[in-house]
Amino acid sequence: MAQSSDHRSPGTSQNTSLSTRLSATLYRRPLLALALLLGPPLLWLGLVYLGSLLALLVQGFFYIDDYTGQVVRKLSLRSYAQLLQPANLDIFLRTSAMALAVTLAAAMLAFPLAYYMARYAPGRVRGLLYLGVILPLWSSYIVRVYSWKLILAKEGIISWVVSHVGAGGLLERILALPLIGGPSLSFSALGMFLVFLYIWLPYMVLPIQAALERVPRSLLEASADLGARPSRTFRSVVLPLAFPGVVAGSIFTFSLTLGDFIIPGTIGNSSLFIGQAVLRQQGTAGNVPLAAAMTVVPMLIMAVYLWGARRLGAFDAL
Amino acid sequence: MTRPSTSAVRLDDVSRHFGKVRAVDGVTLDIQDGEFFSMLGPSGSGKTTCLRLIAGFDRPSSGRIELHGRDMTNLPPYERDVNTVFQDYALFPHLTVAENVGYGLMIRRVESTERRRRVREALELVRLPEMGERRPVELSGGQRQRVALARALVNRPRVLLLDEPLGALDLKLRQQMQVELKAIQQQVGITFVFVTHDQEEALTMSDRLAVFNLGRIEQIGPPAEVYEQPKTAFVAGFVGISNLLNGEAARKITGADAGFAVRPEKIRITAPSTAAAAGECVADGNVREVIYLGVSTRYVVELGGALQGTDLAVVEQNSGSPASGPQPVRGTAVRLLWNQAYNRPMAGG
Amino acid sequence: MRSSAPEKAPAALVGAAVGALLFLHLPLLVVIGYAFTTDSATLSFPPPGLTLHWFAVAWGRNDLWQAFGLSLRIAAVSTLMALILGTLAALAVVRGRFFGRETITLLVILPIALPGIVTGIALRSALSMFGLGFSFWTIVIGHATFCIVTVYNNVAARLRRTGRSQIEASMDLGANVFQTFRYVVMPAIATALLAGGMLAFSLSFDEVIVTTFTAGQQSTLPIWILDQLTRPRDRPVTNVTALLVIAVTTIPILLAHRLTRDGESDR
Repeated sequence: MAQSSDHRSPGTSQNTSLSTRLSATLYRRPLLALALLLGPPLLWLGLVYLGSLLALLVQGFFYIDDYTGQVVRKLSLRSYAQLLQPANLDIFLRTSAMALAVTLAAAMLAFPLAYYMARYAPGRVRGLLYLGVILPLWSSYIVRVYSWKLILAKEGIISWVVSHVGAGGLLERILALPLIGGPSLSFSALGMFLVFLYIWLPYMVLPIQAALERVPRSLLEASADLGARPSRTFRSVVLPLAFPGVVAGSIFTFSLTLGDFIIPGTIGNSSLFIGQAVLRQQGTAGNVPLAAAMTVVPMLIMAVYLWGARRLGAFDAL
Repeated sequence: MTRPSTSAVRLDDVSRHFGKVRAVDGVTLDIQDGEFFSMLGPSGSGKTTCLRLIAGFDRPSSGRIELHGRDMTNLPPYERDVNTVFQDYALFPHLTVAENVGYGLMIRRVESTERRRRVREALELVRLPEMGERRPVELSGGQRQRVALARALVNRPRVLLLDEPLGALDLKLRQQMQVELKAIQQQVGITFVFVTHDQEEALTMSDRLAVFNLGRIEQIGPPAEVYEQPKTAFVAGFVGISNLLNGEAARKITGADAGFAVRPEKIRITAPSTAAAAGECVADGNVREVIYLGVSTRYVVELGGALQGTDLAVVEQNSGSPASGPQPVRGTAVRLLWNQAYNRPMAGG
Repeated sequence: MRSSAPEKAPAALVGAAVGALLFLHLPLLVVIGYAFTTDSATLSFPPPGLTLHWFAVAWGRNDLWQAFGLSLRIAAVSTLMALILGTLAALAVVRGRFFGRETITLLVILPIALPGIVTGIALRSALSMFGLGFSFWTIVIGHATFCIVTVYNNVAARLRRTGRSQIEASMDLGANVFQTFRYVVMPAIATALLAGGMLAFSLSFDEVIVTTFTAGQQSTLPIWILDQLTRPRDRPVTNVTALLVIAVTTIPILLAHRLTRDGESDR
């Protein structure tokens, strides 16, 4: 191969174009390059998003003047104090209780599916199952809520099944229960519970499956080798290792339930959830400070929850 | 053929810090035009970082880097007349082999007929003439490595950098590629800077090599010199095996206090009462381990008497000649003899 | 947790898994089924008859078309912004080590991690504080903010898989940063961009919680359905609309899945 004079001399390269000179400047100043890359998204997220969050937080320290109905822009804890009223405390407890119930039920329902996907499903089936979980997750939230409106309707599927099975009386008695029931399935806490469970279930399946998949086969074999029966291996090896995944999934179910107002609004009975209360306060009541203060509550709950979850190792499972 | 050698790559007191870690610590070296230069050392010794500094993927914290006499310290990689063969080959998966090889030419807007011709030439040089239309994913490891080489060479750089290119190949293929690389280098005549942790590879291929340790160079020189005359205990131990003796043990054997190193193949095993010739060192002991290596056998001999606690490694060729006597087995009492000229003075160790 | 030989799962486990899957999918099938019912007043099951009549009715509904068009336009613009911002952030984060890396990831995820109501009310109160009215652009701002994360995740994951050495090789061969981006980085992330973009589109098209706060008078398609949920007027047309939304949000997801999965097979 002949050695022709094809050498690159610095500065006289074939393209001393603007792009090369610009590129070289960025090479010499890596921080500048970083700033250019990060600038726009950071500006957006920082200014628009964080800025509004800050504005919201600040609003919580304002309050509504009872006479004029206007927002008084003086710092005070009055709006936060209103949170301690029994009616509001009720709302927080109710929402939290529902979030907890949904989380537990989701964990129980999701685990077998996640376990099957991680442990037993052969390659192609696993891909299909994964798709089967992802699809509901990403498909329309509002339509999925709507679907349960159809299902729970008085003349709908469930009533039909219930009447054919002869459990009509049982259903009525459940609906008559104070906390869970309501005028009909379609307007009851039980109904809400079912819908919440349905909507958030994929969020629970995926982290559990990911955590289970990370358990090396050799651990199970070692456990068996040391004399443990399958159920013991499950209890002592699989469950503890899957637990961070459960906690990770619960972050979603908990947080999403705390903030939701659509499901309680369309399927709930008249008792309010946090989301609805917030909506109502900032909308019809015009009491944005109170709404802001109320919003802080789920944020605080989630912060505590996240801190606990992090200690339990859930962040590695996300 | 003698020709005035010029410096191809010059590093002048180059350092690279990452916080407190000094990956490269005051390295100075001068690579001559047309030589096959190896940078040898264990993982983390700074040899790969040095290579990346020469290529321009990283900038030194201090020091100067010159290529053919010109200061390149602040130039980006695309303005240096250097090309690199990466450890993982870094072939572009979305391009064919021919497009990969021709990438540098395409960037520099070489006209397409000329480009095709040079790509063909490069592929013939690495002996992959028919592979132009394949994609990297269809090739074996050895083939990908050659495509990476062709892709670098087609640009006719004056210096070629190779970052442990043979690491992923199996032994036979590696040995074959070592021969081929050396042949290509001599045929093309450009400077090769070769990074490896395999000292055998470095000894085989290089005109000169530099031994790196903890970010510094411990020794530079031709292979035979580095091997036969190691300057530090590290070099003695890293390049080949060495027996290191100092303090008490050294005194008992040579009579002087100075520590020294002696290569295992310089020691011969004899029967316990063999007379020592003039200028020979003596040590008596028992064979503790016999390790069969095919070409040779390595013995670990545990010394006795006043030298208790010291082990010496001895390597003897399995030449099969009757003069070498019966092979000692474990537990045999033996006498070790070697010419004291082979004792390399060594501080520390 | 894979076994080398296929094991048989206990029947109870399979049953529970299948049950969960059915629970996940049957409701959507119900919606699809109801789109064909002849019953115009109630939601009775089993449906008295099947018809395509309501599709024609929905076709003629102007308010439906407006809502659909608005949703499409918002999704398109939000996706575009998310693509740009998400890719920039991913490039920055993957290229090298710097102190704030994890903070950036957290920041990008935050809009989607916090309950929608927080984002919604935060944006709304910020808007009212500055006296800005609601418009097409206020909705887009809200959507783009949480769509960034889908693009960011996809592109960052793909960039990590691609590795640094290809980019270095390109520069080594003479290409500057911009040329490297064009010839090496873009082809590598193309399908990830597409997948992220489609997910963003789907996310935006379907979004309802944040939108209720930033929309003012306008109706996107999900808001239209929400209206129907609380004040049901046109059951059958709503059913058809629901079917339409399922189609528009499901198809991009399937495509995105194919794109990111195929990327894993070639090395």
